[in-house]
Parts: sequence; structure tokens; C-alpha cells
Amino acid sequence: MTSTSVIFAGFGGQGVLMAGKLLAEAGLLEGKNVAWIPSYGPEMRGGTANCTVVLSDEIVGSPIVPDPDHIVVLNRPSLDKFEPAMKPGGHCVVNSALIDRKVERTDILPTYVEGNTIATEIENPRGLNIVMLGAFVKKSGLVSLDSVKEALHHVFSGAKERFYEGNLKALEKGAEAV
Amino acid sequence: MTRVLMKGAEAVGEAAIKAGCRHFFGYPITPQNEIPEYMSRRLPQVGGTYVQGESEVASINMLFGCAGAGVRVMTSSSSPGISLMQEGISYIAGAELPVVVINMVRGGPGLGGIQPAQSDYFQATRGGGHGDYYTMVLAPSTVQEAVELVMDAFDLADKYRNPVLVLGDGIIGQMMEPVEFPEREPALVDKPWATTGCKGREPNIVKSLLLDPYELEEHNRKLQQKYERMKREDVRVETVDLDGAEVVLCAYGTTSRVCRTAMERLREKGVKVGLVRPITLFPFPEKTIQSLDPKKVKFILTVEMSLGQMVQDVKLYTEGRIPVHFFGRTGGVVPTPQEVVREVLKRLGKEVEK
Repeated sequence: MTSTSVIFAGFGGQGVLMAGKLLAEAGLLEGKNVAWIPSYGPEMRGGTANCTVVLSDEIVGSPIVPDPDHIVVLNRPSLDKFEPAMKPGGHCVVNSALIDRKVERTDILPTYVEGNTIATEIENPRGLNIVMLGAFVKKSGLVSLDSVKEALHHVFSGAKERFYEGNLKALEKGAEAV
Repeated sequence: MTRVLMKGAEAVGEAAIKAGCRHFFGYPITPQNEIPEYMSRRLPQVGGTYVQGESEVASINMLFGCAGAGVRVMTSSSSPGISLMQEGISYIAGAELPVVVINMVRGGPGLGGIQPAQSDYFQATRGGGHGDYYTMVLAPSTVQEAVELVMDAFDLADKYRNPVLVLGDGIIGQMMEPVEFPEREPALVDKPWATTGCKGREPNIVKSLLLDPYELEEHNRKLQQKYERMKREDVRVETVDLDGAEVVLCAYGTTSRVCRTAMERLREKGVKVGLVRPITLFPFPEKTIQSLDPKKVKFILTVEMSLGQMVQDVKLYTEGRIPVHFFGRTGGVVPTPQEVVREVLKRLGKEVEK
């Protein structure tokens, strides 16, 4: 691997920026060069949001990636927008609890995860983003699940410590689902 | 010290505090609000002051007063806000005060948009306000470099008693990258000219008003000597693979990263390509451009997030010896590596893939 890019996309409030941040933290823990960049604009809860994460063994070149290697999509508009943009051969991880269509391209690798259903089952509906991250990390092997757990511990520490256990469970359930 | 993942805007704020900045005045504008937000939280913790002025005009004049008292001070804004500050920056340059101004550039003109741009190059490198003056301009391309340049900006501002502008863009401000803060003490210098209360000495006067034309001319000549000294002592530039290059890309900040990715793809296609990345935009690395060999370099392609501003400096310093072409996107659109590759191949007369 020289450089790999992932786009996390969904509705504002679904936690796509946090999912991307955790992947970037995990990459950093593994000694990679990383960049995380959100789409920014007049964003709001319920609007669309996405972030791009680039992991690289070398200097990260352009942090803006029009053709990502992988995508993790939490809602239908995100699948419609980013499926056509992907490079061939990458993972397309779909929140099938909300997205009512299948992946159309045959040159990418689809994975369907009942994200909201799983998050509700473990009584952590806001953990959807972490469920999807768990599924993506397991499927792609881009970083190890242990690194993401460590990143999770790092991000949910101090005042946010009480969110750690619930999110750890969400991560593991997501990984088990694929 | 370990590397931590940090947003560019917050890293800029922390770098300023590490450099001994204890005072911040500003007025909010996207895409740099995380800088004042960070400063409003951090400055009270280190015994500093954070004031949100009633406008950009008020804020820059608060910097004027604060710098006149001899302490390290900073503001940050984005394009339209920086335009509002130009009167104050001109006064500060005239009064020879050290301040640091951050511009996270967005698309213009006017209110424009909030996406990243580099269309304030002319304003930044030609003084920006009225009068015969320049500000030093530093252009980071990564969050780590933003940290180092902000720390350096305070030292350079003191060295020259001149405003130093750090020219980023929306991406540099919004992006998170790993950063490591250099362990170094702020290089604080004596400021015998500062208005610190004149007990036991003659009063110091900080002003830019000189009504006698001969006196004002003399003052301007002195300022020019500072700018000439900047050109001699503090030009910074990064060059990549210039040896044997047939095509040289020239870009700063975010677009230099787009060019790096484009260079990898061009090398795969057998194109010998190099990069000149100005880190100081004023003083411009004119010698690097002048030293390019017209026998080897077929052309220079300047890539910007504007419709052609730095390209004028590149043309100026090539003095017509090497063809200079331009590629840019503007209004908040970031050029893609593919677009740069296509432009280079087209200019080389090679086949361009769809």
C-alpha cells in the first residue's frame, strides 16, 4: 500500500465525521501518514455530510480525492453520489437498514450491513457509525481492529469515557456482522 | 513528544500559544472559526486575553494597540474579513509593529463562497492596503508546516518589526493531520520602542503619520531596506526532483499537494517532472525560478486555486527564458491531480486519456 483513500458519507448527525476520525487515529497509531478532511459548507443535522480519510506509507499528496478506493455509505443519497466515483476493486460498505437498493457496479466489492438494526439491538442507536466502521475495518483489513479499539479508547476518554463501552460493543458487532 | 491528530485551525492556535502569543482579537468568519474558538478556550488558561471585536476593523486596530505595547499578538480571518483589515495592516506596517495575521482563504470576490481558494495572492504579496509596503507571507502546505510557520511568524515579525501573514486556505484550516509541536522556547526580544509607560525615559511614540514629505520619504526608504533584507535572509522554498526535469510545476499550499500526486502519475507515464513550492510568497523565491535551465526545462506549469495570480511572479522571474503556462480552478473548486496530469500531457503534445 502506498496510499489508500476512504470516503464516509451519510446524513449530518449519523456520525460519519467521527467514524473517519477513528480510522485516521487508528492509522496514525500504526505509524502511517494520515489526512482527514470533512466536506464543509452550510451543513446541518439531516443534511448530507462526508469526510475523506487518506492513509499512506509516504507523504499524503492531495487530501481531496475525487475517486476514492473505498466508501462507507450510511444513506441512499451517499450511495448514489459516491458509487459511480469509486476506483474499481474497492469495498463499498452499505447501511442496508436504510438504503433500499443494491450496488449496481460489478467491478467493486459490496458489503451489506444492517447498521441501524444492529445498533438498535445493542441499545446504542447512535452507535450506527461505529457499527459501520467495524464492518469496514474487518472487511478491508486497512488497519487492525485492535488499532481502532485503541483509537476509540483515546477519543472516548475523560468526560466522554461513558461512551466508550457502548461504542466498543458497536465496533465488535459491526465486525462480526460481515 | 508524540504525534497527535489535530485540525489545522486548532493546531495554528496552539502553535501561536507555544510561540508566546497571549493576545488574540478577531471576528468570526467561515472557514476559520475554529481558530478563535480554540483561542477563546485556551488563552484564559495561560493568562492571556481573547476579545471578539465588534468587527474586523476594530479587531485589527486592537492588534495595533497591543503590538505597540510590545507583546505578541495575532488575529485570524478569511478573505472578506482580511479585506476589511487592510487599513489597519497598512497602519501597522507604517508604524513598524510586529503582528501575525492568519488568512484561511476562501473563494471571492466579494462575499464569494466558503470553499478553499488561493485568490488572495495579489492582495497578500503586494502589501494589501495603501502605501509602499509589504507584509511577509508564509504559505503552509500541511498542518505540521502550519504549526512551524506560525511559530516562525512571530519571530520573523519581531525580527523585521513588520506584519507577517500566514496564507492558508479552507483545506489547511479544516483538515486533520498528525502534528508534533517542536520543543522550543519563544525567542522573545527586547522592544525598547514599545509604549510600556515612560517612567525614567523619554516617551515612545508609535504612529504612522509623518507630515513632512522628506521625513516620510526617508521612512519609506528605511522600510524598503527591510524588504530587501527579507529577500536576502528569509526566502524559503522547497524543490522536488528539479535535476533533469523537462517539466517544472510551480504551486504553493494545498495545490502543491495536488501536484505531488499528479507527479507520481506523470512519472509512471515517463515524464520527467519537478516541483518548485514557494513557502515564502513574499519574499518570492526568485532565484530558484531564475536558476531553471531553459535548455532542459520545456515549460513551467503554475497551478493555483485562482485564475492566475502567482503565475505573474513566475513569468517575471523567468524573464521570458522559459515558457510559463497556467492551470487553475477557482471559486472554491480544488484542481484534481488528473486535471494537472492532463494539462501537462496536452502541453507536451502527448496523447491524453479520457
